[in-house]
Amino acid sequence: MVLTVEDKRPVNLDLTTIKLPLPGFASILHRVSGFAIFLALPILLWVLDQSLMSEESFGELQNVLSGFLVKFVLFAILAGLIFHLIAGIKHLLMDAGIGETLEGARRGAGITLVLSGLLILIAGAWLWLPM
Amino acid sequence: MVTNVTNLGRSGLSDWMMQRVTAVMLGAYFLMMMGFFVCHPQLTYEEWRSFMGNSAVRIASLISFLAIGGHAWVGLWTISTDYFKPTGIRFLFQAACGLALVVYFVWGVQILWGF
Repeated sequence: MVLTVEDKRPVNLDLTTIKLPLPGFASILHRVSGFAIFLALPILLWVLDQSLMSEESFGELQNVLSGFLVKFVLFAILAGLIFHLIAGIKHLLMDAGIGETLEGARRGAGITLVLSGLLILIAGAWLWLPM
Repeated sequence: MVTNVTNLGRSGLSDWMMQRVTAVMLGAYFLMMMGFFVCHPQLTYEEWRSFMGNSAVRIASLISFLAIGGHAWVGLWTISTDYFKPTGIRFLFQAACGLALVVYFVWGVQILWGF
């Protein structure tokens, strides 16, 4: 089979002139957060390993994790997980036929961004505010 | 018909399903872990150890580690087919991701049964 492509179509590769619609923004963030979680897996496994190895390594880990920079990395991973989860739930809802219209997709993306933003704020407060 | 040899289930439909089934498992595991942490603000080593050592939690963790492998493979495979046109580069990227995922899984199993 020979694939023919109509080459008279207008082509615009200048990404700075294209405004990404809200669902597109949520979609690329879903992908970026997923890849970031993949990159963060060794960190999470290391934390799990240290937390379980012994009472001493558990205490040491608590010290390490309370440092600002390390805590921020933890927060970034948590933020990625939260966004990926919420965007994933939106994906499943759309698979089920909910919010599949153009307007529904925009609203779904908006809800995903606002809801995950709120949850990420709560996660930040949970990590940093003394309880 | 284009046959693909690098995707997970040898068919797009099977990958699609696998992506979603593993997603639900991982979402449930994430919520369970977060629930545990929120409920134990002053977590001690003994509490943590007995929680993670509980057979049900160990099984859930093992299932989740397996699910991460499948879920991440489908996602990384999709990324590779979107951005890497030359077969050699795409194959190398996929091989590196696959190796990493297997290593993470074995490491995870070692952690789960190593305390």
